[in-house]
This record gives sequence, C-alpha cells and structure tokens, in this order.
Amino acid sequence: MKMENFPAIDLIDISQSYRDKIALQDISLALSNRQCLALVGHNGAGKTTLIKIILGLLKPNQGAVKVLHQDPASRHFNNLRCSIGFLPEQVLFQKTLTGRETLAFYARLKGLPTNNLDDYFDRVDLRAAADRRVGTYSKGMRQRLGIAQALLGQPKLLVLDEPTTGLDPVARQNIYRIIDEEKKSGAAVLISSHVLTEMDHRIDRVAILSEGRMVAHGSIPFLRHHIGMRSSLKITADPESCGNIAAMFEAELPVERPSMEEIILRCLPEQKLEILKKVMAMDATITDIELTDPSLEHVFNAYSSTASSGGNHV
Amino acid sequence: MYNILVLASKEVRDGYRNKWIAVMTLVMTGFALILSFLGSAPVGSTHISPMAVTVVSLSSLGIFFIPLIALLLSYDGIVGEEERGTLILLLAYPISKPAIALGKFLGQLSILSFAIIVGYGCATLAIALTGDIPLAEQGWPILLKLILSSILLGGVFLALGLLLSALTRDRGTAAAGAIGLWLLFVVLFDMALLGFLSSGAADLIRDDAVKWIMLASPSDAYRMFNLSTNAETALLSGMAGLREDQGVSASVLISLLCIWIIIPLAASCVLFQRRSS
Repeated sequence: MKMENFPAIDLIDISQSYRDKIALQDISLALSNRQCLALVGHNGAGKTTLIKIILGLLKPNQGAVKVLHQDPASRHFNNLRCSIGFLPEQVLFQKTLTGRETLAFYARLKGLPTNNLDDYFDRVDLRAAADRRVGTYSKGMRQRLGIAQALLGQPKLLVLDEPTTGLDPVARQNIYRIIDEEKKSGAAVLISSHVLTEMDHRIDRVAILSEGRMVAHGSIPFLRHHIGMRSSLKITADPESCGNIAAMFEAELPVERPSMEEIILRCLPEQKLEILKKVMAMDATITDIELTDPSLEHVFNAYSSTASSGGNHV
Repeated sequence: MYNILVLASKEVRDGYRNKWIAVMTLVMTGFALILSFLGSAPVGSTHISPMAVTVVSLSSLGIFFIPLIALLLSYDGIVGEEERGTLILLLAYPISKPAIALGKFLGQLSILSFAIIVGYGCATLAIALTGDIPLAEQGWPILLKLILSSILLGGVFLALGLLLSALTRDRGTAAAGAIGLWLLFVVLFDMALLGFLSSGAADLIRDDAVKWIMLASPSDAYRMFNLSTNAETALLSGMAGLREDQGVSASVLISLLCIWIIIPLAASCVLFQRRSS
C-alpha cells in the first residue's frame, strides 16, 4: 500500500435532482486515505444518494466526481471496484447460505482466494457462527457479516452506510475498532449515520447534510466553535457562593440558577479555562463542578435547525 | 465471464438449499411417472412404441408445467435482490449489470435443466424397463428431442421472467406479471386462436398463415416440435393429418425457441442497464 496521502474521494459541486425534487445541491467533499469522514443527516437528507454517486451507481446531473482518481460512473471503473468495500444501509443476505458461503461468494466476485476467510470472521467476532446459515443469525450478526464482506481484500476506500444500526454497544465499539484499524492500514473511511452520540472521538471530520445541502463540514471541535455552541459549567456550592459567582459573571455570560445551591454558566469553548480559573480563585465553598461540552448530537441539531430556519444564529 | 459463473453457481447453491431443486425435481418426476404409466396402459400390443406415447404425454405436461416453474424461478431475480438490498451491494462489486442478468439466467437454467432431465429421465427409464422392447431399440432420439426442447422452453420463460424482474419496481407487480405471462402464452393464446379459427373470421386469413400465427407463441413451437416432427408422435397426437405445407421443419422450430430466449434476454440486459438504482 502506498504511504503518501491521496484523495480517495473528490467531489466538486455535485447536484442531483429527481424530477421536481432536489436531492443534492452543490456538494463538494474530499476525503484522503487514513481519514474517516462521517456523513451525518436526518433520513432523506441525501446521504444515500451521495453514497450512490460515490459508488458510481448514479451519475449526478452536475459536478465532477473522482473516486480513486477515476470517474466511478465510467466503464473502466469496474477494475477499481476491487479496492472498494461497501456496506449498504440495509442488506438481507440469502438466508439459506451459511456465513462462510456468503463471504466466499463475495470474495470470488472480487477475485480473492477463499481459504483465508477465517481471518475476516475473527475480525468481526463471527468465527463460531461462520458455518451456520445466515437465517439463524441475529440482526447484529448479519450486520457483522456485512462488515466482513466490506473488508474483503483490504479496500482503499471503505464506504459504510449506517454501520452501527441495530448493534449493541459492545459490537458497536468493535466496529469502530475495525474502522480504526482500516484507517491505520491506509484506507479512507466514509461512514454515514444518524446515530451521533457515540462516534465523537473516532472520526476526523463530519459533513452535515440537511435537505440535500451541506450545512457544515469540519472537525467536531471546529464545528462546535463555528456555531458558537456553549459549554455548560454547573457549579454546586452554598447559596452565598452561588450568589457571588452569579454576580461576577452575569454581565458577560448567560447564567442560570436552577436552585439556590446550583448555578449554570454557559460559556464559549475558549472561555472555559479562564472562567474555571476565576471560579477557583474565589473564596467559595464549592462542592462540585460539572463541565459539559456540546455533544455531536447538539452540534448536529444546532446545524440542522440553522439550515431549516434559514438564518445563522449563535 | 468468471463472475457470471460465480453468480450462476451461487444461484444453483441457493436453489439447492431452499429445496427449490428438490421440490421441482420431485414434482416433475412424480407427474411424469404418473402420466407415462397411465398413458402407456391402453397401448397394449399396438405397433406404436411406448416411448412415443410417453413423449406425447410428457410434452403435454411440460407445456403447462415448465413455463410455470421457469417463471416462478425467475420473476423476482432482479427486483427481489433490489428489495433485499443485495442488488446495490452487488453493483458495487466488479461485475456489470448484463453479467448479473446472465449469471442469474444461467444458474436458473441449470436448476431447471436438472429437474427436467431427472424428471423426464426417470419416467422414460421406468417405462423402458417395464416394457418388453429391448433398451437399445427404444426411441431414444425422440426422448432427447423432448428433453432438449423442454430445456429451451424453460429458457424462454426464464428469460421472460428475467425481463419482468428488470422491468418492475416491486415483487408483487412482478408476480402478477408472471401469472399474466403464463396465462397469455399457455392458455389464452391457444384458446383465442382456436376461437378465431372456428369462427367465420377464419376465412379472412390465408390457410398457410395459420401455422405462423400459431408459432408466435413459444409453447406452440414446442408442442409442434415434439408432436409433428416425428411420424409416431404425430400419429398419436393427431398431427399426422397435416399436409406437407402445413408443417414446419424441426430446425425452424428450434430456432424459433432460441430467438424467444435471445430477445427477452438481450432486452433484460438493456433494461437492467438503464434501470436507475
């Protein structure tokens, strides 16, 4: 595998519409190897359409698409498909075949040997069930089989459409571990999801889609900063100290007093340390401090509502 | 090319696993055995060979049965994969759409051929073994003709089913279409033609045009091939009365069946290619 960085996906001003409905509008996106990009949006935001364009199953009305340096909708792209791993949003494998037969079928289509499939089953924790029929698998096991299928042949680009849907937390962690491994071995990973809370630290960048438009794009800290979402600092102390703290910050920050012994300060991320220092410098009897940063969920909701209301509010 | 075979062999394996092959073969064999024993009973010691009797009855069975199972096998080939989400996955693999269509067709044709060969083979073997004519003197060529044309007839309806599955957007529509196709080609076409010929309107068309109109239906080409292109079977089935110019040669009939396979097959490749995913 080449060590230098290359753009696995390069989309420039993609637009796609079906008859009267606009599915995607002016989407530009780049993803290089050793990176993981999350495509986030509500159902119908255009995630699957964008994935179809990246896989060359759909030719956009406008814009330029390059995947692994080639136009995926061209005939010559077929050879490059061996270097792409894909997990569709919903896939029901033939129930009558065993897990191993299913995986062997897909391996043959990619022209791979079928004698080392156990490695793949190990990676997704499915070794024990490899020779059972897919019909006996639980939803999570079927999803893991789907992931094993996507990993076939060390893909340079891994596209996973909602990979963690229906998985328990342990299996979900396992999938993120696999994504991490693939990233380290040089793959570019694109995942789409509307389950946001548990992916924070593993993705490098997020692209938020709303009604076919990309409303935000960047790393999570960047997005948080950009939309001006405030972290909340909850201090529990005696009523007198609370009063003092409130008096000190009321002028510059939104301050809430849920009860006499509690005070919540909402501050911008870059103010956090400064405020903490000031609070600690006060001669107050503080019993507890709880600092909550906006989660990806909050960021996402903020961006989605910004988009639908049409304005930019902080 | 290799990928077509990969797909075909998966189709066969799936057919084997979900008992399709077993059920189809059993039903074919069962019906064939019953028909051939019932059919050969009244022959007694006439000079007509039991093989000819068997072939005539088996071809009447096949004309109803083979299109039905072929359509059942193929009607949801593409639309079914789409509903299960495996089509979009398959398209992300290095395999072209025509290769997917051809792979499915080939796999299904193998399944159907197996059922036909085993089913008809068992029946005729049983007849041959119980009769008093030596095995070597049985009319094997007409049996081979029957098996070949039955496979071709199956291929016709597999291709039509594939076309249906490339045209439709959901399995329900495809299923309805399959029933429609079966009724049209197996029942209605003949009935309509018969009705037309027995009505006064029959005078409007030329005598020798009738056979060509008839051949517009692949099942009639199959019937004619098995019944009229051999003296014995023709005698048995009442086709012996045909004048020279009323018959159609065996090679024409076989070519007709092949054309009936190639056109829908090519059409499904083209339509599948155009189908938006």
